[in-house]
Amino acid sequence: MIFPFVWRVLPGPVALKVLELLVLLAVIVYALFTWVFPWIAADILPPPDGTVDVSPSP
Amino acid sequence: MTAHDTVETRGSSRPDDDSRPPRRPRRRQTVGGALVALLAELLIIAGAGTGLYVAWTAWWTDVVAVNEQTKLVDDLGQRAAPKVEGSEHRGEAPVLAEPPDLTAVFGTMQIPRFGADYLRPIGEGTDRERVLNTIGLGHYQDTAMPGAEGNFAVAGHRVTYGKPLNQIAELKTDDAIVVRVTDEATDFDVWYVYKVTDSQIVTPDKIETIAPVPNQPGVTPTADDRWLTLTACHPMWSAKERYVTHAKLDYWMPASEGTPKELSETPK
Repeated sequence: MIFPFVWRVLPGPVALKVLELLVLLAVIVYALFTWVFPWIAADILPPPDGTVDVSPSP
Repeated sequence: MTAHDTVETRGSSRPDDDSRPPRRPRRRQTVGGALVALLAELLIIAGAGTGLYVAWTAWWTDVVAVNEQTKLVDDLGQRAAPKVEGSEHRGEAPVLAEPPDLTAVFGTMQIPRFGADYLRPIGEGTDRERVLNTIGLGHYQDTAMPGAEGNFAVAGHRVTYGKPLNQIAELKTDDAIVVRVTDEATDFDVWYVYKVTDSQIVTPDKIETIAPVPNQPGVTPTADDRWLTLTACHPMWSAKERYVTHAKLDYWMPASEGTPKELSETPK
């Protein structure tokens, strides 16, 4: 499964594994906040923008 | 995650040791069980991702946008206006020409009802990505500029991206909306003090709310029709309707003469 697999492939003793896991999570969150979520907000789920418009507003 | 330990099949390497407490017998991992475990993990990941997305929308976009908006106000180069009550001019007002460029920041807005430290830049246009999500308040292109006859119409997010109009529903009749238009190149620096007249909740297609004379499309504005209109979404987090607030110019004042008294008063 995914979680045990990740835990297995991380090298080093348990303390190091924990540290690596935290770094990995930080990288994932950074990537989501910087690229993935802005893309979702812009192209998939635009939040309401508060303008009045003749075109149907999302 | 002890259940997953059973996936490992290298089992027999551990020597039997009677001093250890008896271990529970290993359960055999079936294909169905493995699929359920995988599904559980995917659901956990999806849940965490959704939670992070909500955190990003409701919190992180605000952090980024407020940062950016503070910087934009600084870049505008508005000098501290004299701390005196200048005279309130009520005649024909000086009006800056509408900036031709989308995203040009030409002024700031202060609304005492939103707090004494509420100070946001106003950008040209209502482009979602380039104006509303970054600059915050966006001037509907081709509507009047501040002080001019007609309707200075401004849109802003009610939630997320710095939420400049988060408290729009708290505005009351006669609340001040203070706009300051600054153009360093031409030494233009003027306050415009508008007073709230009314608010309405409409569907998003009601463009007559930002007509030169609000809600009277086709009517030519007179010297008495110097309006300001704010539009934001309603209800919060929804795009179903718009919360629209109208205000009328009370007076204007060159920034070199003083500071509008409304900025030092606490709204009742």
